[in-house]
Amino acid sequence: MTSVSVKFAHYLADFKSLTQGPGAAGPPWLRDLRDSGWSRFNKTGFPTARRGNERWKYTNVGPIAKTDFGIADEPISVPSDSLPVYEADGQQIYDLVYLDGRYSPELSSPAAASAGITAVSLASVASDSSFGLEGQIGHYAPPDDDGFAALNTAFLYDGAYVNIAGDCSEKVTVRISYITVDGTKPKVSHPRTLIILGRNADATVVESYSGPKESVYFTNAVTEISVGDGAQLDHYRLLLEGGQAFHVGTSRVKQEKNSSFSSASFALGTALARNDMEVLFGGSGGFCSLNGLYLTADHQHIDNLVSINHAEPYCTSRLNYKGILDGRSKAVFGGTVIVDKDAQKSDAEQTDKNLILSRQAEVDSKPSLLIYADDVKCSHGATAGHIDAGTLFYLRSRGLDLDTASKMLIQAFASEIIDTVKPEHLREHVESVFASSIPNKTLPMVGIR
Amino acid sequence: MTTVAKGAKPLLAIKGLTATAGDLEILKGIDLEVYKGEVHAIMGPNGSGKSTLANVLAGRPDYTVTGGEVLFEGHDILQLDPEIRARMGVFLAFQYPLELPGVRAWQFLKAGVDAKRIHNGEEEMSAREFDQMLKAKVDQVQIDPDLVKRAVNEGFSGGEKKRNEILQMAVLEPKLALLDETDSGLDIDALRIVSDGVNLLRSSENAVILVTHYQRILNYITPNHVHVLYDGRIVQSGGPELAHELEEKGYDWIKDAVETDV
Repeated sequence: MTSVSVKFAHYLADFKSLTQGPGAAGPPWLRDLRDSGWSRFNKTGFPTARRGNERWKYTNVGPIAKTDFGIADEPISVPSDSLPVYEADGQQIYDLVYLDGRYSPELSSPAAASAGITAVSLASVASDSSFGLEGQIGHYAPPDDDGFAALNTAFLYDGAYVNIAGDCSEKVTVRISYITVDGTKPKVSHPRTLIILGRNADATVVESYSGPKESVYFTNAVTEISVGDGAQLDHYRLLLEGGQAFHVGTSRVKQEKNSSFSSASFALGTALARNDMEVLFGGSGGFCSLNGLYLTADHQHIDNLVSINHAEPYCTSRLNYKGILDGRSKAVFGGTVIVDKDAQKSDAEQTDKNLILSRQAEVDSKPSLLIYADDVKCSHGATAGHIDAGTLFYLRSRGLDLDTASKMLIQAFASEIIDTVKPEHLREHVESVFASSIPNKTLPMVGIR
Repeated sequence: MTTVAKGAKPLLAIKGLTATAGDLEILKGIDLEVYKGEVHAIMGPNGSGKSTLANVLAGRPDYTVTGGEVLFEGHDILQLDPEIRARMGVFLAFQYPLELPGVRAWQFLKAGVDAKRIHNGEEEMSAREFDQMLKAKVDQVQIDPDLVKRAVNEGFSGGEKKRNEILQMAVLEPKLALLDETDSGLDIDALRIVSDGVNLLRSSENAVILVTHYQRILNYITPNHVHVLYDGRIVQSGGPELAHELEEKGYDWIKDAVETDV
């Protein structure tokens, strides 16, 4: 067996420069957390797509393991074209912008705990115990979750911290943008996001990930979310990485009593993307709606692993993912709804629908239900289909050419998810990003009648 | 009733048209001339080929034309894609209009109008102009304005779908409207509204081919000509009185007549 220190030599070098450099100044609990992440990663390494490993059955992360990714040096220039482009409609938005995983004070407009609203860089407040990070970071997404979460924990340094105090009356919007800057070497960043909503707080958080189109880089993100009693979080995840990029996102959400978590996850363009999201109902009467839309082309691969755990009674969950697949791309959907023994009156629906535009594209969709309670209402389903020939003729008979007709039908398929985006400026942004990425199908795949 | 000026060119001239669906020969030689200002009713029993005729004229790819020609305003349209025929002014009202979840009626109709305008060398219609036009058409064909705000046909009743076809026809202003069993599945009120729409849109500049199984709709829309299609051929043509004869005697009368002829 290859010795671990050789296998992860480049990660070890980076780990040492972090822990002996800027990381050394951090509080003891954070240094311990990093160490536990590092030792965990050394033990497990990267997951493999072997038999029996259900969580990674259809996704081979070999290309990530084989590439010598390094932590970026300080970015020299600010890529203004990769900044968030959409405008807020008159409403205050707290912006947190990161370049190669490092907070950029110039591009950000944080909120520093005034009026109960905190939206700041993690690194800037990690040593200040009044922010209460200890016991929160790594609590919802512990390092032993899997190899990627462990690696992120080992490199935990910067990221975003959003905390809305209980009974804060303002409806808060925070936009977190993780941007990888073009560079010569394959870069990796390990952003960590922690979102805490106190009792009855109401917030919208947009997490977006983007980077250069042509460079090989890797984003290994972990997001931890706690939604307090009666609080409401609208969470948007925009995965707009470059065509050579690897992205692994691990999101862990805990919902307290009567809380609401509505999320929409949009993904396109990434070479290899993994979106691993788990929601835990830790109190009764919660509601969560997890929506997803992914568009893949060329040899792209996306893996959505979404799980909802009804651990408490009287909770409702809606899981609705949709995929549009072109080229030789592949999509994996693993949806799991778990209803614990005492979680009576649980109401869960889960669907994954795919629109296949090419004969070479492939989808592996596996929705599943694990029900241990007896008084529940649960359903699940998955579909994969082509653009219907009869429908296409209907549009053409009104004068629309093949390109326009198929594009209109693809957009219509996507609109169900895009329409769940509540802020108008964000919805329009997502709509235009997707509209410009929908392939022009001169010879669409049509179902045989 | 409109009379045709001598020497006028037909809007549509079908000569010896034959077509198949898969291996099945459906149209076995259709000859028909339609002039502007006319309404032709094509009647016939199930499986006679009347819906196929309407769909072949509109360019549905499921059928293969194996012979004959179709001239629309003097141009052979059989080689043209359905969207080109539509832009030239051919409109097919579907027997089973499709539901288009996520496609807004506004967007759908504007795309059709703009495609036609660009085809005719005009500019796209402005959103404001289109809004006004659409509103006027909604009033004209008496469709519930809320239906236009929804996704095309999604969750519509059968009658609402057929009415929506008439609205699309009103918006696209075709020269030749092919109504494929638009009357089937309609209750008497819906039938009247659909018929009123067709009558309203009839003019000396356009023509209608009404494909129907039943004589019922002809109580509301008076055709200039009635043709009986049987086994892929037009076996009898006449005036409106032919429809009444069919109503009285049923299609068996035609079948018997054709088969004793052979």
